[in-house]
Amino acid sequence: MSKQSRSLLTALAGLVSILVCVQAPAATHLPASSIPHADLIQPAELAARLQAPSAPAPLVLQVGFKLLFTQSHITGSEFAGPAGQGDGLEALGQRVAQLPRDTEIVLYCGCCPWAHCPNIAAAYRRLRALGFRHLKVLYIAHDFGTDWAEKGYPVSTGQ
Amino acid sequence: MAQSAAAAQVDAAETAPLAGKAAPDFTRTDLDGKSRALSAYRGKVILLNFWATWCEPCLSEIPRFSAWQQRYGPSGLQILGVAMDDELQAVRQLAQRDHLAYPVIMGDAQLGQLYGGILGLPLSYLIDAQGRVVARYRGEPDLKQMERRLRVLLPRPAAP
Repeated sequence: MSKQSRSLLTALAGLVSILVCVQAPAATHLPASSIPHADLIQPAELAARLQAPSAPAPLVLQVGFKLLFTQSHITGSEFAGPAGQGDGLEALGQRVAQLPRDTEIVLYCGCCPWAHCPNIAAAYRRLRALGFRHLKVLYIAHDFGTDWAEKGYPVSTGQ
Repeated sequence: MAQSAAAAQVDAAETAPLAGKAAPDFTRTDLDGKSRALSAYRGKVILLNFWATWCEPCLSEIPRFSAWQQRYGPSGLQILGVAMDDELQAVRQLAQRDHLAYPVIMGDAQLGQLYGGILGLPLSYLIDAQGRVVARYRGEPDLKQMERRLRVLLPRPAAP
């Protein structure tokens, strides 16, 4: 096989994997542990970042459940929908559809202990597949209350 | 950066929010259309379990809680499930499928606020027969330890 053919095959394989990611149903639970460590951000780091007056704030999207968001969410964050469900994943895709692919985005959920979160890895995978490269995921070990709200980091309530 | 398994957190009487205080009262309609007031269970030990159909660890607790309700109900235990789902339909389907042995109401932001905000699941409050909060369990609790604790509180002795 020529070098040119191998390159073409590699490109095709990459394209197929992206299409599979974009169109994969959300029913299968993707473990949060599948998110690369390099793409995680700790709560303290994000809180400092959001409170820094000079740096532009990233777009922070909550990809969990509405009732949890309504009670408390990161100040300035938006509700994007539970990405572990088909509708939520669709809503997330629509929210970012018009954004430049170099937009800095932080995803978070915090509905459950990290290993059991049904949303976060699905959201991460979708945005990666859509081409977002400045993407971070907030590492919430226990839940949003324990690891963010009770630490005194900025929260808001309501829709 | 470690992605370690989150340890369960048990807030003892001394440190739990609302510890030693009267459990905030509320009234909601359960999945069967019956009105359920927390205060109506005064004299019983209450396990107030916040859960959701999307919460895997919550679902693994439910069969145990149903068994406890059947076993310790005659001794004065009352479990009350509070579903924090956004949609009623999913809760109704699961309750019918799994034949929960205790009532379930739908949670809301106001009810969450009464209990300090339900900002992650699973989460349960143990309330004694006098209506006081004894402990809060967050994350995946040690169910054996929880069972021992509630047995001690029961107003009537349970069969060994």
